[in-house]
Amino acid sequence: MRHAHAVRVGPVGFRVGAAWRAPVEALAALYEGYPEPEGAIPDLTVRLYPERPWRRWLRPSVAISGDYWLPDAAPLPLEQGLLAAEMGMNLQVALGWRRHLLLHCSAVERGGRVLLMSGASGSGKSTLATLLAMNGWRFLGDEFAFVSLEDGRIHPFPRAASLKNQAIAAVRQAGGTVGPVIEDTPKGRIGYWRPPADALARMAETAPPALLLFPRFGFAEAVEPMAPSEAFMRLTQASTNYVALGEAGFTALSRLVRTVPALTIDYPDSATGMALAERLWSEA
Amino acid sequence: MTAARLLVAALRDPGSVAGLSAEQWTALLTAARAERLIGTLAHRLDRRSVPEAVARILADAEEGAKQERRAALWEAEMARRALASLDLPVVLLKGTAFAAAGLDAGQGRSIGDLDILVPRDALDAVEQALRAFGWEPVKEDAYDDAYYRRWMHELPPLIHRERDRMIDVHHTILPPTARPTPDAEALLADAVPLGNGLSILSPADMVVHAAAHLYADGDLAGGLRNLWDIDRLLREFASDDFWRQLDERARRHDLAGAVRRALRQAADLYGAPIPDGWRARFTVDPLYRRRLLARDGWGRQGHSFTRLGFYIRSHWLRMPPLMLARHLWTKATRKPA
Repeated sequence: MRHAHAVRVGPVGFRVGAAWRAPVEALAALYEGYPEPEGAIPDLTVRLYPERPWRRWLRPSVAISGDYWLPDAAPLPLEQGLLAAEMGMNLQVALGWRRHLLLHCSAVERGGRVLLMSGASGSGKSTLATLLAMNGWRFLGDEFAFVSLEDGRIHPFPRAASLKNQAIAAVRQAGGTVGPVIEDTPKGRIGYWRPPADALARMAETAPPALLLFPRFGFAEAVEPMAPSEAFMRLTQASTNYVALGEAGFTALSRLVRTVPALTIDYPDSATGMALAERLWSEA
Repeated sequence: MTAARLLVAALRDPGSVAGLSAEQWTALLTAARAERLIGTLAHRLDRRSVPEAVARILADAEEGAKQERRAALWEAEMARRALASLDLPVVLLKGTAFAAAGLDAGQGRSIGDLDILVPRDALDAVEQALRAFGWEPVKEDAYDDAYYRRWMHELPPLIHRERDRMIDVHHTILPPTARPTPDAEALLADAVPLGNGLSILSPADMVVHAAAHLYADGDLAGGLRNLWDIDRLLREFASDDFWRQLDERARRHDLAGAVRRALRQAADLYGAPIPDGWRARFTVDPLYRRRLLARDGWGRQGHSFTRLGFYIRSHWLRMPPLMLARHLWTKATRKPA
């Protein structure tokens, strides 16, 4: 492909190829300081290309594909090329990675133990992970938790956090730098927060999980313990490769819910969410 | 060397990967994924003699293929249970058949949907039985549904609502609208029971089916994997008797041309052992070769003009011209679902 950039995030080596210069330049800027894929051989390939040849120039639109693809993925306008690259990387990991059990979770670490937060888009898991990472926690990732199939430890995947709508203001208010910001995406306004140097330097350092939270943003404060069986069922839904891994996935997920306490937390605003997470962590 | 050529060379002669650069490895692995041959490649290559990053990717691919195989065999067993009361021959086709029979062609092979062959007059009973066991239609479109039932060699695809797996129920190996007419009764009559209530095609029919799929039906997409299947089958079955049977069956099924071409191409790409008399070259072979080797190092299909030609050809082979025109018109003008 005409333009390409390769980068390693945690255990995953990516290469992103594009028909245009802009998305690749934006990606290289956002991931400045990240290492190259090991041995210069990436694990996964993303392709960004015009749906029809003329769409390279005329109302350019970016189709997302690669080693793995979804048949009905909608293309994005060229101004959102960075988002297309990010979505392409997520897609490859979600559909293609099988070296770990993948959970749709954000993850932060303190004292050598990991706090996992699982939830759908809008639950606030990215925002809480980002705010905690600005408050003494190590940022492991806001999108996927990589659970080791051998010992259940969490491998960092510290991509730039992708913050949506009000989360951008919440992180800025707390003194964080968010940029670039992309307007009018299918998910609204999206801004990227770059993890601190420490998170990058320690991206190979794994740690065991100690607490699993299921946050819900926008509700009155409430905490409910969750039975391991329910956590198991919820996490099978939140995993992109549980079925593909077969028995190895079952073993890893059973181990996780048996050894790590799970709670749902409802919170009306970020400050309350942070305070709740800190309190439950100290009690865990 | 282009990515597809690197892939063919690596499969044919695993020693050929010695000294590949990081860039060449990346192209080879990407092309292997795109052609759905990475599990096969993982099975062929010795992981101790490749770079560490490559070994990790191949280990993943091998695990993935093992899991696909397990899931495919389970799916076959589920279909057997659903159809047991009908007392019919249920013949496994393609990847699941290779895996179930322990054939070389099944080693590391990726297996997607379950394909089975049943007698045509039992189609309704089979569909009802499968629906009773949790399979349901994938296509909601009335035209597609009617098209399958009237003109295709299989039922509209069914998907299992809990396991999310597709089954294609065939009553023959080519659409009834295609010019060659395979002898479906002979396929069933000579099927080989596996002893667990399921059967596979006879060795010669298995090769005929693979060739029919490649040259008389499709647009050669996935052709490298298809020819790899054929190469492995030929190596496993090769004997004077087998060549005679293959020749006889190919004629019986009206597919002598497709089978000869498949054998030539498998010999050309992968060095498949074929009788000397079958090696004669034909002028269009290089065109096929160009189409088969179109994959580039980013996993893209190159040679778009050649591919378009083969796409048109695939439809041309599948149905008579007037019907083709009506079909494409309906497809082009209907409202998207």
